[in-house]
Amino acid sequence: MSARRETFLWVAQRATAVVLALCVFVHLATIIYAVRGGLSAADILGRTRGSIAWGAFYSAFVIAAAIHGAIGLRNVAGEWLGLRGEVSEVAMTVVAVAMTILGLRAVAAVVVG
Amino acid sequence: MSARGHTAYWAFVVHRVSGVALALFLPAHFWVLALALQGEATMDATLRWTDQPLVHVAEWVLVMLLAAHFAGGIRLLALELLPWRNWQKTLATLAAAFALAVGLVFALVR
Repeated sequence: MSARRETFLWVAQRATAVVLALCVFVHLATIIYAVRGGLSAADILGRTRGSIAWGAFYSAFVIAAAIHGAIGLRNVAGEWLGLRGEVSEVAMTVVAVAMTILGLRAVAAVVVG
Repeated sequence: MSARGHTAYWAFVVHRVSGVALALFLPAHFWVLALALQGEATMDATLRWTDQPLVHVAEWVLVMLLAAHFAGGIRLLALELLPWRNWQKTLATLAAAFALAVGLVFALVR
């Protein structure tokens, strides 16, 4: 693996971490707010349906989490399982794309319906 | 091993384990949210299933993992990007305190 690619992934991991720090802070506050009195589809969808702001927020959250999670899993697989090289690079890309698709589908479900 | 090294080691382990656990949980989280595509009733049925003690405990663990990964990540960003490295142990303690505080609030309101 080239040093340049490692540097790129390191920077991508930190850049997405900064985005995620903001997103997770908002998410934790939303969780605490939302679970008071129990969760219901009406409450959740009442907040998100038709909201461009929540749609943009969760889309950015999903994309950052997909990139961050995939790079993180690749690093852990390399250090703990000795999984390196082409296989782990392909697996990382597949995980990132799959998480993005699943995540954006979930965002569409709660924002557009 | 010094106490500082020990704290940093545990901060590393918590960050790594919480990160892997959250990555594994995400697909399930997305799947449940996507149930909204099949209508409110389907989503509500799943949400009702989550309203039981064991699931509440699992949710609490997930919230703690998210809070711990968040606070541990802020600690890492500070260590790597800011010039005050001798605050390592304080940062790790603050991260743990934040995770515990979030977990406590979640447990109280859920």
